Amino acid sequence: MSTPFYVSPQQAMADRAEYARKGIARGRSLVVLQYADGIVFVGENPSRALHKFSEIYDRIGFAAAGKYNEYENLRIGGVRYADMRGYTYDRADVTARGLANVYAQTLGTIFSSAAEKPYEVELVVAEVGETSDGDQIYRLPHDGSIVDEHGSVAVGGNAEQISTYLDQRHQDGMSLAEALKLAVQALSRDTNGTEREIPAERLEVAVLDRTRPQKRKFKRIVGRQLGRLLEADGASTEAESAEEE
Amino acid sequence: MDFLSDHQPEMLPGRRQLPPTHGAVEAPHGTTIVAVSFPGGVVLAGDRRATMGNVIAQRDIEKVFPADEYSAVGIAGTAGLAVEMVKLFQLELEHFEKVEGAQLSLEGKANRLSTMIRSNLGMAMQGLAVVPLFAGFDVDRGKGRIFSYDVTGGRSEEHGYAATGSGSLFARGAMKKLFRRDLSESDATTLVVQALYDAADDDSATGGPDVARRIYPIVTVITEDGFRRLDDEESAEIARLILERRLEQPDGPRAALL
Repeated sequence: MSTPFYVSPQQAMADRAEYARKGIARGRSLVVLQYADGIVFVGENPSRALHKFSEIYDRIGFAAAGKYNEYENLRIGGVRYADMRGYTYDRADVTARGLANVYAQTLGTIFSSAAEKPYEVELVVAEVGETSDGDQIYRLPHDGSIVDEHGSVAVGGNAEQISTYLDQRHQDGMSLAEALKLAVQALSRDTNGTEREIPAERLEVAVLDRTRPQKRKFKRIVGRQLGRLLEADGASTEAESAEEE
Repeated sequence: MDFLSDHQPEMLPGRRQLPPTHGAVEAPHGTTIVAVSFPGGVVLAGDRRATMGNVIAQRDIEKVFPADEYSAVGIAGTAGLAVEMVKLFQLELEHFEKVEGAQLSLEGKANRLSTMIRSNLGMAMQGLAVVPLFAGFDVDRGKGRIFSYDVTGGRSEEHGYAATGSGSLFARGAMKKLFRRDLSESDATTLVVQALYDAADDDSATGGPDVARRIYPIVTVITEDGFRRLDDEESAEIARLILERRLEQPDGPRAALL
């Protein structure tokens, strides 16, 4: 019987992290931004069927970059966790913090278990509050850590470059159209510094809108409404937000 | 819900062990629930009284709930069990929608409710029955539809109007004489309140409009635009108009003899 080679734990973890990071970097980036009335999710997604963003609960949204089957698995787990919490206790008892903790536990366990390969995903869990001070955005990298974010966050391929770009330009209290424009600008910058056009059909956009009268604040922005928002400049943004249901 | 039955079966209504009982269990009961379809949608309404034996247990109970954006359910029978069933039903529709990214078809929702009623059969045999009425707007067909149930979960689609609960016989009689195919939305809301008034007139377990306490029937409308519950003023106004006419004609509007 042959003796297995000795690999130091540091090396093993570094290899796994490297593996996960490479997997995530292959996927397209997405950004999550706070704006005046809530939180907007923007990403480039050629597929209409496989969503990167989804509703978890009344005020909680989910965004993921990386391998589809892996984050879809986590998404369904999250929906189950949230629905079960809400049914057992009350709708108000489902929070993004609780959900982020569950995700962190899951990702952390998978990352450090030798039996499984690490998940090649990076998640964002966001909850919209009554005011923008109450908004919460958590970023969950592949290794199960939680990063509490404010203002803007980017995950996926060239996330670092995009988040630097966003950090410099994002302001509190932007309108939806302004935030959307900034997000698209950030996403359309390539690694080598050149810009390319992302057509509206390839964009996936969703919002958690605190002004929605319904309990469920998550809403996808598609078709004409998206076109209008992308074209709108500063002057007409007021009218736009009034026009939304 | 399959996931729940695998992981926490005790949370599902139909899975509990029943203690042996002697005689009927006393628990708050309902009700009269009525539904009427009109071109463009459907109206579902219910009275506000819950009774326990010969006692009025609650005067302002709510028995009509939105199931999701395009459907609603009205409950008759044991209040506690019925409310729990509705809660689970709402949860299931929402859960399906979030996981699949699409809503269940109206037929699918009606079938699901049928299974849930059937799982309550054991309790129903001991006198704790739940018999809901389900109404919704079928987005694919573009019209309002009504489904009624029996205690065993038997489901049947009703065309035009339907009623369930202890006062349903009287309500159905009233609706039979008042229903027309070309009702407007406001006609339909008036019709259901008329039917509830007639049910309350002859059934002691159904409450009529309570002017002194300002408790009026719950009236909900489901159309292409989704679920809407009439606010207190709107439903008070309908009740007031009906009461005024009934001061002169206590038995309500007369149908033609031939």
